[in-house]
Parts: sequence; C-alpha cells; structure tokens
Amino acid sequence: MALHLKIIVISIIALSSTAKSIYAEQSKQQGAQLYSTHCAACHGQHGQGGVGVPLALPDFQYGVTNDYLTKTIRMGRPGRVMPAFSQLKQSEVNAIIKHIRSWAPGKPFKYSNKKINADIKHGKQLYNQYCASCHGANGEGGKGTGVTFSRPRDLPVIAPALNNSGFLTSAPDLMIKTVLMNGREGTPMVSYLKLGLSEKDIDDVVSYVRSFENIPVTQPIEAPKEPLITFDSPHSLDKTVNLIKEAIVGKNFRLIREQYLNQGLVEKGKENKKQIIIYFCNFNFLNRALAIDPRVGLFLPCRITVTENNGKVTVMSTNPLYMSSFFNNAELNKLCKEMFLTYSEIIEESTF
Amino acid sequence: MKYKTNLSLLFASLLLLCSSVIHAEQLIMARTNQSFPEAMSKLQETIISLNYKVSRVQRIDIGLTKSGFLTDKYRVVFFGKQKEVDTIVKKYPHLIPYIPWKIAIFAEQDDTLLMTANPMRFSNEKFPGADKYLSQWSEDIEKIFEELRESE
Repeated sequence: MALHLKIIVISIIALSSTAKSIYAEQSKQQGAQLYSTHCAACHGQHGQGGVGVPLALPDFQYGVTNDYLTKTIRMGRPGRVMPAFSQLKQSEVNAIIKHIRSWAPGKPFKYSNKKINADIKHGKQLYNQYCASCHGANGEGGKGTGVTFSRPRDLPVIAPALNNSGFLTSAPDLMIKTVLMNGREGTPMVSYLKLGLSEKDIDDVVSYVRSFENIPVTQPIEAPKEPLITFDSPHSLDKTVNLIKEAIVGKNFRLIREQYLNQGLVEKGKENKKQIIIYFCNFNFLNRALAIDPRVGLFLPCRITVTENNGKVTVMSTNPLYMSSFFNNAELNKLCKEMFLTYSEIIEESTF
Repeated sequence: MKYKTNLSLLFASLLLLCSSVIHAEQLIMARTNQSFPEAMSKLQETIISLNYKVSRVQRIDIGLTKSGFLTDKYRVVFFGKQKEVDTIVKKYPHLIPYIPWKIAIFAEQDDTLLMTANPMRFSNEKFPGADKYLSQWSEDIEKIFEELRESE
C-alpha cells in the first residue's frame, strides 16, 4: 500500500515537472515567435538593433527593468517610431520580455520608484552643457529615429527623446540616474561621474529631465479621416493627364512612368484605358525622407490616378497624412505635410 | 440544427473580424535573414502561390543611385488580382490610389526587411463591403510575411 502511494506521488511529481518543462518550452517558443512577428523587423532578429534600440546590448539589458520594458511595449514612444502594442495580452508581453532577457546572463538592476527632488534650475544648466547636443535642447531626442543600417549611419543608437511621454512613464528617476552615473557601453552615452559631475549634479539633471513632464510633449500622430485626396476634373481624360504631368514637372518632380491601373494584371492590350496612373519622383526629397525613415517605400513612387467613368473624370492620390499616422514618426510627419500640399496643389492646378 | 450551427459560425466570424479590425497593427513588417535576391525571389514566389499576380517591381535604389545618393537595394513590389481590382474601382473608390497593393522590400546589411500597410486600416464605415477584400489581403500578407520570416 505504502509502495503504491510512493509510486503515485513520484509519478505526480514527475508528471508535474514534465508539464512544467513543456510549459516553459512552449512559453520560450511563444516568446521567440512573438518577438519575430512584432519586434524583429526593427530591433533585429537577435536584438542587434536597426530602426530600433539594440536590445541585446548588455548595458541596456542590465540597466532596464522588466517594468520599463513592459511599459515601453504597452505605450510605445509617441512620435518616435516605436508603436504602442496595446493589442498584446500581458502573457504575450511577458513572453517577449523573457525572450529578450535570454540574450544576456545575469539579473537587471532593480530600482525603487523613489522620486528625486533636486535643483531643477541647476539641472537645466548642466543639461544644456552636457546633454542637449545629443538629446536635443528640450529633450526631443536625436534626429533620424527610424534610420536603419541600410543607410549610411555612424552609431547603433539614436539618442532617445527624454521628453517623450512613453519614456517618462516607463523610466523611474533612479534608472535615469543610474544611466547618467554609469553611462551605457556600446553607445555614445558616457558616465557623467567620470566626466566630473557629482552625484548631487546628476540628481539635479534627473530632476530637470523629470520636469519635462510639465511641458507639452509630442502627441500621437492623428490620422485625418480621409485616406485620399480627390477632385473632379472639368477636362477630358487626356487633357487632365497632360495638365497633371505639366503640374508635376512644375513642382520639380520627375515623371517616371505612366501606365494603366490594371496593367500587368491583365493580358497586354486588354487594359482599361480609362484608368491611368502617373508615377513621379523627386529624388532629393526621397533621399531626405529615407534619411528620416527607410520604411517610406510605402509612399513610393509618388502617384496620381485619373479615372473616367460615364464621362466624369476624377483625379485622386493617397493622402500622405493618413499614411503618416501608421509610422508614428513626428519627423516624417513634417515631410508628409509637405507632400500633402504638393499633391493637393498638383491636383488643384490640373483640375482648375 | 443546421441553422443554429450556421448562426454560431457567422457570430464567430464576426467576432474574429471585429477583433482583427480593432487590434490590427498599422504596418505589417518582417525581417528575414535571407539575402536580398533570395528574399525578393521568395516574396514573388509566395505572392504567386496565393493566386495573386505581381504587376510590377519598382527599383527605387536605381533612381536614387543615378541621382548620386547612397542606398542599399530597395524595391517596391505591386501585386493584385484582376477581378478584385475591377470591383474596387467600381465600388470602393476610396481604395483606388492604393491598388494594386504594394510591399516595400529592402536590404539591411545581411538581412532583408519587408513592410506594407495593414489593409484593415483602410476599412471605412461608408464602404463596409470592402472589408471582405481588406481582411483577405491582410490575412494573405501575414501568410506571405510568415513564410519569409521562417525561410532561412
């Protein structure tokens, strides 16, 4: 009887440990899978960085808590490319973090949520002297947030936007202080203790950075309601197409191609000749856009579509501001505003 | 009984559709450790395997380098189905400037990155009938990208 009981207990323990290891293995696989789907495109398959921060960097791993990572995944960085993954379940966020943590041995620092209340005015002086050149005069961060290694680039990271609501909510004061004291190896961030600042000075800088919470910061980029710009043309299809081409050239863009909308999808000669696409480009402008965010391929090439239906000619283009909201990149949004005006002017001029 | 099952199926499908509308990411992106030529070839092969036709490939890098700018390989792949394009033009004009759908593909060192806008983000209450196409495209793009992510 006692022997049977022992066998049952041992079996239960063995089963439970097997179940645990199966669960752990499944969770590990789930983390890798979720990371590959949601994070790898920007942060690299092994956390080496790209559009996003190099997550595998040991100093980054030790310097940030799981709470910081969770909040960052949940809130993103409004206007700074990193989107908010509000659709993920908490268990999925945890699995992603576990996967990220697998790249560095050892445990990350732990910080309390203790507030540092130091001299903001002095902190501002120090910030302007030591930090502003990389992090921006008002903590707006380095330029070129979305730039990958497919473009000429000197550094693996772009200085983060310290005034960003996502950053300020995620990073406790003591974490900011620790980074300032120790620096972050593998990035341009150096130890300010080694540069001669005292711990009191560093507290002052932390308080100044925290004070960014009191000033308006970058808001999420709102999409306009309409995904397209559209006008009816009073002219014939041919005349409208010619006027559009003239307007495009007048705006210093190069015409690169004119084709039917369903060209390439239907047999040659059977295209609908009343649906025309005009493609054009300004390579200087494009190069500027690519230097801000290499994902702008989704806007390329610039295009205006003209259709004729029952004698009614309609001219339309994408609305770059609608698409811009997908990128969460405030710098890119400025170019999208320019492009919105260019499209509108070309279409208005040619349908007047 | 059959009616009940159909109703349950319809309800389940509606729930699934609603959840994908609400939670869909805005951009769908993928990284593959395949070189650019391999990824490009795999991309076109996978698009075709889902019964789409590649209508054109725009070589962005060529225009840039000819204008004196440095860039790695960068293309935009357009694809679609003739019947769907015809329907969209007739019934859902808000989508005309976005079709044929496109995927941007570019090299980043030894890896290749792919991205596209999530079609579900173009769902419009004025044109609920378009959701059928948008959700199908969204699903197919996920399949294409998953295939690319998994291929070595």
